[in-house]
Amino acid sequence: MTAINQSISGDTASLNTQQKIGAGIGATGLIILLLASFNVGFQPLWLWLTISLAAIAGGILWYTRATYVGHPEGIKNDGVYFRSLTSKGLYGYLAGVGLTGFYIILYFYPEYIGLVEGSSNEGIIQLFDPLSKSLNGNPASQWFVYGTLYTLAILFFGIKFIIKYRHSRYHIIRTASVMFFQLAFAFLIPEFMARLNGDGLNLPYYDLKNIWPLNYYNFDQYRVDKMINSGTIGMALLIFGIASIFIITPILTYFYGKRWYCSWVCGCGGLAETAGDSFRQLSDKSTRAWKIERWLIHSVVVFVTISTVAVVHSYLGTDTSKYWLTKSAFLWIVGGILTLIFAWVMLFKRHKFQKDALYGAVGFFVVIIAFMGIHGLSDTEHIFLVEKQTVRGGYGFLIGSIFSGVIGTGFYPILGNRVWCRFGCPMAAILGFQQKLLSRFRITTNGGQCISCGNCSTYCEMGIDVRAYAQKGQNIVRSSCVGCGVCSSVCPRGVLKLENGPSEGRVDDNPIIIGHDNQPRLQ
Amino acid sequence: MEHVVIIGNGISGVTAARYIRKMSDKRITIISAESKYFFSRTALMYIYMGHMSFEDTQPYEAHFWDKNNIDLVQDYVQKVNYDDKTLHLAETTPIHYDKLILAVGSKPNKFGWKGQDYHGVQGLYSKKDLDLMERNTRNAQEAIIVGGGLIGVEMAEMLLTRNINVTFLIREDRFWGGVLPLEDSLMVKRHLEKHNGLTLRLEEELEEIVADEEKRAKAVITKKGERIPCQFVGLTAGVSPNVDFLKGDQLEIERGILVNPDLSANIPDVYAIGDCAQFKQPNGQRKPIEQVWYTGRMMGETVAQTICGSPVEYKPGNWFNSAKFFDLEYQTYGWVWNELKEGEAEFIWKNDEKELLLHFIFDKESHEFKAINTFGIRMRHEVFDHWLNTNASIEEVIRNLKMANFDPEFYKHFEKEIIEAFNKQFDQNIKLAKNKWWKSLLPQ
Ligand SMILES: Cc1cc2nc3c(=O)[nH]c(=O)nc-3n(C[C@H](O)[C@H](O)[C@H](O)COP(=O)(O)OP(=O)(O)OC[C@H]3O[C@@H](n4cnc5c(N)ncnc54)[C@H](O)[C@@H]3O)c2cc1C
Ligand code: SF4
Ligand code: SF4
Repeated sequence: MTAINQSISGDTASLNTQQKIGAGIGATGLIILLLASFNVGFQPLWLWLTISLAAIAGGILWYTRATYVGHPEGIKNDGVYFRSLTSKGLYGYLAGVGLTGFYIILYFYPEYIGLVEGSSNEGIIQLFDPLSKSLNGNPASQWFVYGTLYTLAILFFGIKFIIKYRHSRYHIIRTASVMFFQLAFAFLIPEFMARLNGDGLNLPYYDLKNIWPLNYYNFDQYRVDKMINSGTIGMALLIFGIASIFIITPILTYFYGKRWYCSWVCGCGGLAETAGDSFRQLSDKSTRAWKIERWLIHSVVVFVTISTVAVVHSYLGTDTSKYWLTKSAFLWIVGGILTLIFAWVMLFKRHKFQKDALYGAVGFFVVIIAFMGIHGLSDTEHIFLVEKQTVRGGYGFLIGSIFSGVIGTGFYPILGNRVWCRFGCPMAAILGFQQKLLSRFRITTNGGQCISCGNCSTYCEMGIDVRAYAQKGQNIVRSSCVGCGVCSSVCPRGVLKLENGPSEGRVDDNPIIIGHDNQPRLQ
Repeated sequence: MEHVVIIGNGISGVTAARYIRKMSDKRITIISAESKYFFSRTALMYIYMGHMSFEDTQPYEAHFWDKNNIDLVQDYVQKVNYDDKTLHLAETTPIHYDKLILAVGSKPNKFGWKGQDYHGVQGLYSKKDLDLMERNTRNAQEAIIVGGGLIGVEMAEMLLTRNINVTFLIREDRFWGGVLPLEDSLMVKRHLEKHNGLTLRLEEELEEIVADEEKRAKAVITKKGERIPCQFVGLTAGVSPNVDFLKGDQLEIERGILVNPDLSANIPDVYAIGDCAQFKQPNGQRKPIEQVWYTGRMMGETVAQTICGSPVEYKPGNWFNSAKFFDLEYQTYGWVWNELKEGEAEFIWKNDEKELLLHFIFDKESHEFKAINTFGIRMRHEVFDHWLNTNASIEEVIRNLKMANFDPEFYKHFEKEIIEAFNKQFDQNIKLAKNKWWKSLLPQ
């Protein structure tokens, strides 16, 4: 008989020695950052920065090795519900408070981590100066610090995820993809673009994979001006920004479902999948949560559409002889496009839309009435008689900061890792709408093999009750599904397969469970 | 209004209730002692391993039952009076029924072993068993499992997650030998033995369990006379219908409640479904008592139609099943027996390193495809069901295997190798069919 490690005998909740060492190394890296914010005066900066980042990365790797390496490949969710951190215990709440606090400081009180207006940095931000200078030539900002830590988290928790799911090539490839997009598109390219600036170029900070409406400010005047004034590259960026949402996105979503973005490319999704993986089981699967989700996320789309249109409207001119796209032409065009989409859905796709038809109709009419409001009540400086900056700031504050950061990431250990993606992200809502109506993607249920165990629903980060479909033999076609594929991995009976195929038979509202000749057929 | 009462809220009873509700507005009451709400018995292991909470194993939210107007009573039925159609419960007042569905499930087998009732000795069937196991294994370091079936493997996997060493006593000369052919069984055995802390003892049976002064198990003695120390003994040598409380001179019971093809028992307005039902005439190759999740569901679907006035007989289609041995997934379509039957031929393809095995059974003469066991590669139920229904040849199956593959995207495919091996073994020259959307294989 092979003896096994007895050190944690009978206590699945605690970590083994190696895991503790890993956690300890990682914590050291974080403590250095914390101390730096109290101006401990680490010198030389680059050395301490390296030590700190290496400790965070090394800690994650050490922990990963202790947890997965040397064990057979396969699903490793042992003890998830016994550990305080991953089952909403004390550590879970502490982690939630810690993360939330970090976001509040980052967004609203960057001076506490060393941002000094008009002077050189202190604290944590100063620690990052050497890295920032080497990339873009400028001292660091709080956003540079955040971006670096964010990228580090995706890369190293990404490695952890890949090792945890090393039996699945789907997970290996898609995780490598989010790691690449984060490192290249979100982190490096924008820094290099900043370096290119000067010499007639004045490009805005542009993460190319960050598409409007996730990047709700993409068409704000200062950005559009910068792009227009930066010659061909700038114009290309502007056109790419528009094409991203109106051409590229619908095509890719048609072929692959919204997963091409949400769990292969997007940075928010990337963090959720990697650093947030340990918290996916905390998503709320109740039908009540689903209802809240639909109202909330569609309201955000309406909000972001109206506010973007209002902002663009505000800087357009009124004189057709100067430029063809005037304030009212713009409103007519956007209103016209939306009406066409709405009419098409209601005429041809109503059956697929089902209950969501109501949300669609309400949303559409709110948008149209808002456009009339913009037309009547807005001018260059005012939107609905309210000052422009206030409207913009309101969205940025509520959605951009509070929702996507403070709640979206801060609450990982409490509400699960996709709170933002599920309840708040306007991009996810638009992609979801496309996925539901016009896509080849679905999750196929394998005939009658489901045993209703519930692993799939438990580990669905989007809170989809996958089992409810699987046990009926029904395909899963849900607007919120980000195609992470974890439901398929954790299913002990091989019941679920994410696949792209002809739309015929994709949605089966009255499924038969095969394997039973006398299965009752209800009308 | 007619009152349908169902005893047992497992998959069979709940399926019956759901379909009766869809087809009628009869009054429906489900009585069950184990838990108020339906949960998935198959998921018990995941609670113990910390993958899920008990609530996560419940397929329907609490409001589902209200919304569907299905009354739930959590109580134990002590006695059924068939003459005046009343049920006598342990705690609440008697309940009158017009139609009675017995969906009372199974209980673990205990074969009268010496010491089988000591503390620390138990089977695993109910939520109560799970709670007991939690307590019984708190300080255990060595466990013995008696009986190498599916529940035994699950128990072994559960115990290893708590760092408890497991010794498996298996009567046959191979793992799950009553069901799996030799090659398949060896593949599973190799996989099991990869897990530290697990020892398989083949051709070894339990003789007796020895206890300390407090009647707590401290060792087992095997038939071969070996004494193995332990603090926990899992009895997983199968299950049998849980019908003791129904025994009397009215209801016909053999091992299970004897039923006709439409699931009615010998007493009018009484039906039995799921694990507790025993068919007077078995269906084709099926056993008279079927103790799997799927058949419980199908019997529930069947009895609901009979009760709602369109009587049908229990008519399961092609046999299918699935299981997971630690990390090794297994699916089966059609009947693969542990030994080839008269007139059957087989084709086995395996990859030991990746732990993959396909075991095809077909007719020696006509080459008609009969069945498949698949390990480590997921297969599409719908396509195999179609092949079985249409008496497809083994060549047709092999040629189109890629379209029947149900593995996640980007997984490595082995169809080329499989075809080559097949051609070589049977001196044929079939070619892999062009990959198309799998539905094109089915009738449109
Ligand atoms: C650990 C485990 C794993 C399994 N895994 C699989 C699997 O992977 N695949 C598969 O196909 N099958 C599996 N099975 C078998 C499958 O779970 C059973 O076949 C199925 O659950 C039987 O359903 P049922 O509705 O017939 O009975 P049950 O689910 O047993 O329901 C019967 C209910 O009736 C109640 N009851 C009984 N008598 C009374 C009374 N007198 N008064 C009140 N209530 C009463 C019981 O408390 C129980 O809740 C597994 C079984 C176990 C134990
Ligand atoms: S349904 Fe499956 S693939 Fe979709 S989000 Fe949920 S777990 Fe991921
Ligand atoms: S994990 Fe698989 S078997 Fe379990 S409920 Fe989901 S689909 Fe069914």
